[in-house]
Amino acid sequence: MFAEGSLVRVLDHTIFGHCRTPLYLKGKVGEVVSYTGAWRNPETLAYHKPGLPLQRLYRVRFRQADLWSGYPNAGDTLEADIYEHWLAPAARAAAGDPS
Amino acid sequence: MTVTDPAAGDSTRRQHDLGGLELGPIDRHEHPRTLFEMRVDAMLMLLTHPGCGAFKVDAMRRAVENYSRLDYEQLPYYHRWLKAIRQLLVEQRVLTDEAIEARLSALRARQESGGQ
Repeated sequence: MFAEGSLVRVLDHTIFGHCRTPLYLKGKVGEVVSYTGAWRNPETLAYHKPGLPLQRLYRVRFRQADLWSGYPNAGDTLEADIYEHWLAPAARAAAGDPS
Repeated sequence: MTVTDPAAGDSTRRQHDLGGLELGPIDRHEHPRTLFEMRVDAMLMLLTHPGCGAFKVDAMRRAVENYSRLDYEQLPYYHRWLKAIRQLLVEQRVLTDEAIEARLSALRARQESGGQ
């Protein structure tokens, strides 16, 4: 479980099937805004499987400036729903890393 | 603000995963809904409804993501849906390709003969 306010890094691995994690967030650090519950896993539902075990889903907030090089408005953020198995704990110092 | 040049052919990027690509301005004009679009939408809602459960919407997303770049770019939005619905109904053995083709031929023949 990730608590609200924890920093998380979206894993940068490649899977060759369906997943809901967009490429532009892979490897990026954001902050958990809320926990939305545990849901059937779209990565296996997509292949007519039951989607179990349930996966925890978090709303994660990213700074736009961390996502796009040359982004002009430092205060802008973007929120995305990311499943727990795509997240790793991240350190606060890493939040501004360009990656 | 481009993350990856689409022309670079990133093999990990699936067709739908367009966030951050430099693809020009978004056309925000609304257009009137067509009967075709409403029918395709209704078909998907019914087929993915738990009472029917032919497949999940996740499977439809997967089917669309797997299109060739050419198909993905050339097919209008609801045509992508329709192509996926057909593929998934065959995948799930609800219909066969032969049955779909036979029905299409019959409908075409009826149309050409001026019937309803």
